[in-house]
Amino acid sequence: MKLNILYFASLRENLGADRETLDVDDAAVSTTNDLMKLLSQRGEQWRAVMLDNPNLLVAVNQETATPDTTLSDNDEVAFFPPVTGG
Amino acid sequence: MSISVQTADFNVNDVLDQLAPQRRDVGAVAVFVGKVRDINTGDEVHTLTLEHYPGMTESAIGKIIAEAEQRWDLLDVTVIHRVGELQPTDNIVLVAVASTHRGDAFAACEFIMDYLKTRAPFWKKEQTPDGDRWVEARKSDEKAAGRW
Repeated sequence: MKLNILYFASLRENLGADRETLDVDDAAVSTTNDLMKLLSQRGEQWRAVMLDNPNLLVAVNQETATPDTTLSDNDEVAFFPPVTGG
Repeated sequence: MSISVQTADFNVNDVLDQLAPQRRDVGAVAVFVGKVRDINTGDEVHTLTLEHYPGMTESAIGKIIAEAEQRWDLLDVTVIHRVGELQPTDNIVLVAVASTHRGDAFAACEFIMDYLKTRAPFWKKEQTPDGDRWVEARKSDEKAAGRW
């Protein structure tokens, strides 16, 4: 399936990526946790952000998500740090 | 009900004029304005840059307002949040709530701000001559939101 992935704020700076479209194997990736594990394999920085980061927040289709949230074709997945608006 | 995420500044009086303009039963209007304060003790200018998640920011604020409307009797709500580059003394955010009575107006206004600070996807970055740093989320904000 195809996923549209967005990275915000300090995550974007640490990873050097702001957005991408990724084709993933449906059998290998069905939840956000699966996606995080897949992305963590890209290198040290990715591993630090996706796996060793208790403050990582995720949204799927602009709704707050959890590691168990299931993903579908064409979903928009956003990764970001704790929010600091207001 | 009005939500705006914008770079432009807002005028509080204009917002109040547009709050429940046709109604004659508004007895109370509570307004909060958040501003950029200067973190430096010296003379150096610093910039605060507000980043956000277009689409999700508006829907997240919409959900917060909807929850406030469920909990309290509200006649109208306006939330404006600025993004982009701001300087000390600039306005950042406005929450205006109209109700029949002040109890609901005050409570809803504070609730909306506490939830906005912990649930709306904005991020602040401070830029000073000594370098840039991302503002960190505060435990006190989580605690404030947890009161409700």
